[in-house]
Amino acid sequence: MFPELNNLLNTSPDSVEQGTLTLLCDAGTDGSFLVHHFLSFYLKANCKVCFVALVQSFSHYNVVGQKLGVSLTSARERGQLVFLEGLKSSVDVVLRAEAEPHPLGFLREAGAGNLQPLYEFVREALEPVDCREAAWRSPVLLVDDLSVLLGLGVGAVAVLDFIHYCRATVCCSLQGSIVALVHDSGDAEDEESDVLLNGLSHQSHLILRAEGLATGFCRDVHGQLRILWRRPSPPTAARRDRSLTFQYKIQDKSVSFFARGMSPAVL
Amino acid sequence: MLESVLALGGLVLLRDSVEWEGRSLLKALIKKSALRGEQVHVLGCEVSEEEFREGFDSSINSQLVYHDLFRDPLNWSKSPGPVTIALDSLSWLLLHLPCTTVCQTLHALSHQDSRPGDSSPVEHVHVLGLLHGELHGPGPMGTLSALARTEVTLSGTRSQASAHILYRRPQQRPTHETHWFSILSDFGVDLQGVSPLKSQPHPDPLTPPVDPTTHLTFNLHLSKKEKEAKDSLTLPFQFSSEKQQALLCRGLGQATSHIFYEPDAYDDLDQEDPDDDLDI
Repeated sequence: MFPELNNLLNTSPDSVEQGTLTLLCDAGTDGSFLVHHFLSFYLKANCKVCFVALVQSFSHYNVVGQKLGVSLTSARERGQLVFLEGLKSSVDVVLRAEAEPHPLGFLREAGAGNLQPLYEFVREALEPVDCREAAWRSPVLLVDDLSVLLGLGVGAVAVLDFIHYCRATVCCSLQGSIVALVHDSGDAEDEESDVLLNGLSHQSHLILRAEGLATGFCRDVHGQLRILWRRPSPPTAARRDRSLTFQYKIQDKSVSFFARGMSPAVL
Repeated sequence: MLESVLALGGLVLLRDSVEWEGRSLLKALIKKSALRGEQVHVLGCEVSEEEFREGFDSSINSQLVYHDLFRDPLNWSKSPGPVTIALDSLSWLLLHLPCTTVCQTLHALSHQDSRPGDSSPVEHVHVLGLLHGELHGPGPMGTLSALARTEVTLSGTRSQASAHILYRRPQQRPTHETHWFSILSDFGVDLQGVSPLKSQPHPDPLTPPVDPTTHLTFNLHLSKKEKEAKDSLTLPFQFSSEKQQALLCRGLGQATSHIFYEPDAYDDLDQEDPDDDLDI
């Protein structure tokens, strides 16, 4: 996890907000550093994490995680991490017997895709098993990323339904959190992507949007991060700033954030 | 501001965006309506009931009727066991809605147990509908009758009620049963008997069976002697054992046949080539 990002979000592994949906969004740049941040953050916070990883292999996340101070291998072994490796298990879907339900079973279907088996997988992974109930803090669902599902032929509404059910179970029933990454392609013709992004935005409590600089690539400033807090629970007088924007630079083991125009390289 | 928004009545549209959410304003309008003494029905699809009710005090919450579509809108969590839906009455629905709508809804309700591609065991849905026979014409009655797998018609004689039950099992002929019954005060059923399966009309006991062989102008009966002669007759084309013996033993008293042949001078008796046409 990146301590500077924790400060900006006003969170720490000791005090984890529960029952929230955090939307990670990237436009014109790679927002996966946010995924690595939240993965290591929740593992350090002693939460039970179900990671639906559709984009990279387990070893990739493990290598980056080790730089950030967590070992995914040992987390998986002690039962804190349930890892669905999309790249590997998608081959299983094609090769295994058809009768057994598989979380990625929608790959075999001819229709618009039904993500109910994936939801059942998440539910079984995060629902507390009785004797070990007190072992972990709140459950967390992490998805990298949802735009891949659109590319695999699942409709935007089906993805929204999947997140809806995950919210009902993980956020409301189990008082856990969800973090999901969606790409904003910026393509005006990609309606499904827009529906997914906007639909999820309206349901989110926190939106982190990583954007590339409008002026193009820069060696010292890799992009801009916009933080939007939505839906404060009963509107109280003391509300945090609703929207903040920072620029960032990704380094080997950390990410540094600074106010716009205040990059150390410039000053 | 809230009062002017609510003043006109009808549909009030609240358009919000990701940056400026509208749910708080919706809840403020709900609070205003509730304080005016109106009952508020909420169709909740996007947030849970707890989250929606958060921030309202108890007096407002008691006036809020929340219809929960959030928890399980697509019925992914299978409700345990079979379900029974009772319609009291179908007649009322038929009088207020078009017959086609009622039939389509009934069909959809009663066929929920056959979802294609569903690997879970079949959940049985029972739909019980009460229909008043005198209210509807033969069209709606016939349509509903065709939709029903089991049809119970109530009638009776004098003081005894009877239920005529028609079963339409799939791929079998329809079967009937008639039960004589009465309903007890605790809604148990007291069966007094079952009538036999009505598959043919009962024969009329007044007319005795008529013997068609009487009063004929020809004789259909055989005397004893004629019967014996008939039984002992061998049919001409029937291969009986006597006939077999007669054919086989024909040559007993006769000599075996023999052929005498004297060849001419020009006869070339070559057994290998009797026709003399092989060109070797």
